[in-house]
Amino acid sequence: MSWLVKSSIGRKFIMSISGLFLILFLLFHMSMNLVLVFSLDAYDMICRFLGANWYAIVGTLVLAAGFIVHIIYATLLTLQNRKARGNDRYATANKSTATWSSKNMYVLGIAVLAFLVLHMMQFWYKMQFKEIVGDHTAIVEGSLLVVPFFQNPVNVIIYLIAFVALWFHLTHGFWSALQTVGLNNTVWMKRLKVIGNIVATIICAGFAFTAVYLYFAY
Amino acid sequence: MDKNINIKVKVWRQNGPKEKGHFETYTLENISQGSSFLEMLDILNEKLINEGKNPVVFDHDCREGICGMCSLYINGHPHGPDEDITTCQLHMRKFDDGDTIVVEPWRSAGFPIIKDLMVDRTAFDKIIQAGGYVSVNTGGVPDANAIPIPRDKAEAAMDAAACIGCGACVAACKNGSAMLFVSAKVSQLALLPQGRIEAARRAKSMVAKMDELGFGNCTNTGACEAECPKNISISNIARLNREFLKAKFKD
Repeated sequence: MSWLVKSSIGRKFIMSISGLFLILFLLFHMSMNLVLVFSLDAYDMICRFLGANWYAIVGTLVLAAGFIVHIIYATLLTLQNRKARGNDRYATANKSTATWSSKNMYVLGIAVLAFLVLHMMQFWYKMQFKEIVGDHTAIVEGSLLVVPFFQNPVNVIIYLIAFVALWFHLTHGFWSALQTVGLNNTVWMKRLKVIGNIVATIICAGFAFTAVYLYFAY
Repeated sequence: MDKNINIKVKVWRQNGPKEKGHFETYTLENISQGSSFLEMLDILNEKLINEGKNPVVFDHDCREGICGMCSLYINGHPHGPDEDITTCQLHMRKFDDGDTIVVEPWRSAGFPIIKDLMVDRTAFDKIIQAGGYVSVNTGGVPDANAIPIPRDKAEAAMDAAACIGCGACVAACKNGSAMLFVSAKVSQLALLPQGRIEAARRAKSMVAKMDELGFGNCTNTGACEAECPKNISISNIARLNREFLKAKFKD
């Protein structure tokens, strides 16, 4: 199986599978957040499920591995691609029609990563991490942390900006992942792009709606 | 209506593969808009030779858009600003009086510059040699209609076979990837029964050669498809990925 890391298509295969896995996680996370809109108690119940239980820890480790693989390979592929481009750059800007997001996936990824670090410091560290290490200040009931957090309009705006970056990343990422694993043809090309836009919009709109709802509802 | 225009041409000059290159700007007067882009460069070269200077070196051969020899990155587009044509089919009526036209060579680590605007594209030949063929073993000539081929397959194979191997896909790609070229060459044979037999081996060895020669990793931006003079579709890249992954998982 060394071809997975040695060939260009193998490395891209790793990128696409890890990317699709992260999309599934985002769909789960977004659905979980939407519960906040309906019931704070139900949300706290989910938070308790995802505390320091063994299955939650295993899930977290798998998820972290997915993120790390995706980020490492993104960096590796980007560096290789810069080298393949050569030292001399074009003097005239490339005017080829390609979507903006497709040309800036790495930059968008860095933006999403920066947000991820911030987000984990603001929530994951105070909730699951502290619970695992046995810190008494761990917050088990998520709503106690989330609801006051989104009363601050600055937080809401930072999160909304991150969701926009995520949206652009996903609109290219979804169909591109399926193209890389070979599940595409002339007929499905347009359909996959539309489905990708829908998936990206559902994920980002779900996240954004929850944040804005919490700001106005409490 | 075609008229005569005065233009400036900003051309990349580089003496050899290792030398440092630079831009030089030349002024041309009374260029007919009816002339082709390469004829304009011929006029420039004639002028340079008459002035006792070195002419600009550029690749060209058939001048009717089928040999894949001409290149040139003109005003930010491989093969110039027109759609679905090669540089030799580009006409000066695409430019206006007073324009400054920037002409650069293909820039990619896989295509080192030989001189001025001429680049070394033998990397593509090496990829073809790695497996872009159907082995013909001994025996009689098979009957032409003995193997039925569905029409849509034949059409798709012909569309892929339209690739002239000019390298515009690599030139347009921000990753210097040759995936559009390789996918067209794999697809044109993988779609036909005669090519199916060696399909797995072909996909593996052509991709291995492509990686070895230093071409980049495709990120599906689609810039190659937009610039391809022969309209090769990136759905061929999906087919190449499929063929390659299928072959590797079977091993």
